[in-house]
Amino acid sequence: MKNQLLLKSAGTMLVRILFAVVAAFPIVFMLVSSLKPDQQIFGDMSSLAAFLPVGNISFDNYAAVFDRVPAARFLLNSVGVSAVTVILGIFVNSLCAFALSRMQVRGKKIVFTAILATLIVPFQTLALPLVWWVNQLPYFELNGFSLEFSKGWLDTYQVQIIPFIANAFSIYLFHQYFESIPKELDEAARIDGAGWFKIYRQVVMPLSGPATATVAILTFLPAWNSYLWPLMVVQSEELRPVMIGIQYFFQLNVSWGEVMAYASLITVPVVVLFIAFQRSFVNSIASSGVKG
Amino acid sequence: MATDLPTRPRPATPEAALPPSSTDGKARRAHRRPGFRREQLSGWGMIAPAALLLLAFIFIPAILGFGLAFTNARLISPRPVEFVGLDNFARLFSDPTFYRALLNVAYFTVVIVPVQSGLALVMALLINKKFRGVNFFRTVYFLPVVTSMVVVSLLWLFMYRKDGLINEILSAVSFGLIDGPDWLGDPNTAMPAIIILSIWQAAGFHMIIWLAGLQGISGELYEASQLDGTSRWQQFRYVTWPGLFHTRSLVLVTITIQALGLFDQISVMTQGGPMDSTTTIIYEAVQSGYRQQETSYASAISLVFFVLVLIVSAVQRHLTREKD
Repeated sequence: MKNQLLLKSAGTMLVRILFAVVAAFPIVFMLVSSLKPDQQIFGDMSSLAAFLPVGNISFDNYAAVFDRVPAARFLLNSVGVSAVTVILGIFVNSLCAFALSRMQVRGKKIVFTAILATLIVPFQTLALPLVWWVNQLPYFELNGFSLEFSKGWLDTYQVQIIPFIANAFSIYLFHQYFESIPKELDEAARIDGAGWFKIYRQVVMPLSGPATATVAILTFLPAWNSYLWPLMVVQSEELRPVMIGIQYFFQLNVSWGEVMAYASLITVPVVVLFIAFQRSFVNSIASSGVKG
Repeated sequence: MATDLPTRPRPATPEAALPPSSTDGKARRAHRRPGFRREQLSGWGMIAPAALLLLAFIFIPAILGFGLAFTNARLISPRPVEFVGLDNFARLFSDPTFYRALLNVAYFTVVIVPVQSGLALVMALLINKKFRGVNFFRTVYFLPVVTSMVVVSLLWLFMYRKDGLINEILSAVSFGLIDGPDWLGDPNTAMPAIIILSIWQAAGFHMIIWLAGLQGISGELYEASQLDGTSRWQQFRYVTWPGLFHTRSLVLVTITIQALGLFDQISVMTQGGPMDSTTTIIYEAVQSGYRQQETSYASAISLVFFVLVLIVSAVQRHLTREKD
């Protein structure tokens, strides 16, 4: 009986490992290949060496990437755009969720329903009308001391940021989480004379770490990974984000080692960030995120 | 004494002069709560930024898209925008590529929905209970999700070559018997290849949703079923599966919507080819809207896509509704 149980759990573990191998092998292959010259990548392909950093290992591909593509500029753009989107997103969405969850605002039910209704509209259906729309929007620029006015947001940083700040799913996640924080805390703070914004900032938000981490990751991933949108609205090289950089590798002769190096370069930061936030992310999704 | 009366200051407002009990409505409002008006103002002030942004970047473009579909608008054009009725739709429904795209998306969705949700559930079950190294496995299973679809597509584009890693692995595990195809170059294998990599990338996300559902099932139910001496399968069938009711519809809806909107993989890997065997609705919309700058035609395609998503979700809701 005991042996049987042991066998069963060993079997389960084997299945777990099998799934882990399938999930990880392409990523390991990418990282390892980024360190090898093309010839060796193809040479190693028929053996386990494809997944091992052996042979002629160097960072030459990475050096070549920075020669071929303005990679530093792209990385900087993506870091900036994603960071601003995440920070403003956390602020705007949590503030809205706070009022919807903890304040007696008239008409908030209708507003909340309308916000949740936006979840059924896939971004792909909005993308093309949105391109046309942002091209009609006014745009003010402070140039020295004069405020300059122009039309059209195409080819700017804000067109990559502002449309993605407010997000119904983030508002929903914050709302769910805020509901689990006792409302007596607000009452106590109000008796001490705190205003609503102070309650938001000093009572509720400090208790909402897991929800904030989840929203941060769920806002960061699409911001960093965005491809379709910048493809359509950004033309200038100095404004492009990392994903668009991929197009540079398919002009003339393709060097797969360089492609793998660039792919690793834009993937590793996300993986590191994810591992750092992993625990609160998985826990928060599991506890507050999605129940019916 | 009498001279005091006329100099008495007049009340600032008529209401203030009346005793509170004589105006019911005002009294109730005043009794509501101290700071009621302030709460309304700050509440709306806090809702406003998010609400205005959603209005500007979801509601307005959605309505615009609806309207533009019936015009001849182009992204950059000297001509004024004109109403053209159903012209765009007539053109769309007489385009054989559009039907091919519909068929491809249907194929993709019909395979992806059961296979991906099933695999994701298996993964969630494998890492549901605590064991040594559970966090390692959770992280590894989720790794493909944090890798962008664009990077994933690029990576698999390389692995799917005739002399690529996938065919080498197939050859190795079959002792040289299987000579793999040129996956993306052959119209018969291009879509299956896209399906495999899509499942590989996204299954981890739905695993997390399943995991949330699994964690929500009370442990007492499992203990009770263990006392009754149920087998593992019975436990899954009668405790786990019914307990995942809400999660099930959520997973179903998210996978379906994601599948219908297939785009990134196609754009990086096949550009709709070979011979239109992988083109999709969104790919066609982006092609006409962005490359050819035909905003109106692209809006028409987007509108058809949106209606399709609505119909499919409505049907799914109907099929998975609670049956008492």
